[in-house]
Amino acid sequence: MSNPTHGMAPGLRIYLTGFTLALILTAIPFGLVAFEILPRTPALLTIAVLAIVQVLVHLRYFLHLDLKHTPRENLFALLFAAFLIFIMVGGSLWIMFDLHHRMM
Amino acid sequence: MSAASQSAPVAMPAGFLDTERRSKRALGFWVYLMSDAIIFALVFATYVVLSRNYAGGPTAAELFDLKRTFGETMLLLFSSATFGFATLAMLEGNRARLLVWLVLTVALGAGFVALEIGEFLGMIEGGATPDRSAFLSAFFTLVGLHGLHVSVGLVWILVLMGQLLIKGLTRPVASRLFRLGLFWHFLDIIWIGIFSVVYLPGVL
Repeated sequence: MSNPTHGMAPGLRIYLTGFTLALILTAIPFGLVAFEILPRTPALLTIAVLAIVQVLVHLRYFLHLDLKHTPRENLFALLFAAFLIFIMVGGSLWIMFDLHHRMM
Repeated sequence: MSAASQSAPVAMPAGFLDTERRSKRALGFWVYLMSDAIIFALVFATYVVLSRNYAGGPTAAELFDLKRTFGETMLLLFSSATFGFATLAMLEGNRARLLVWLVLTVALGAGFVALEIGEFLGMIEGGATPDRSAFLSAFFTLVGLHGLHVSVGLVWILVLMGQLLIKGLTRPVASRLFRLGLFWHFLDIIWIGIFSVVYLPGVL
């Protein structure tokens, strides 16, 4: 664990780690699209996975969420919101694309 | 360590960010953020359903400029980092440094809004108005809603900078700054969704 950030204030190290990870996770999908490295479907999948990872990085390093210190009610609010989003967004897309498919 | 900082005039709780105590007090604000996330999620779903309905009008690939989107992304990401540094200055009770970081955050955020307004105006001049197609209605609703949030966030930062100058770095002002930080970082998270769902697949 000895790296150039050793000895820095813990707060600064946390923000810089999050910032560096976010930069990398942003550069990869933009690079994929700009230089047309992958075919369409794998590229879309990669973008989606990297976006989810980057959201988790932001939650961890910028919003300081973690399973140990964040109060349980905040985590419940987050999980409940994620559950609602899953049902409403997933349900809407399922219904609409099924409809689209049937009308073709 | 905590005993020493209690006696200081600004007396931020020791221990990094003291997340436990702060987030307990921010539960109400957290509930607001989650409900805002649900609103954004539904606007995202609407966009995804309508994103190919061009109605013979301009397509996403014709309209989107990846360089501009990358610039917007970088401005917002750097502004998230500068807000993080502002939070650290706040915890040290250093008002001058806190104000400098907030000024930088406002500058980066304003740059983002300026780029976005430029993008919207360019599209509208080219005939790609919100009423041209379902795709454009959904695009302006989603990206415009986020831009509106960022603009409100900028006003909010300016208001708290005023409070910092007039009232100083008191506990209530610090508490407000903490929630503003949550809001600002939340907006950057929404932007990850926007470039990953709207711009990159649109150009691909």
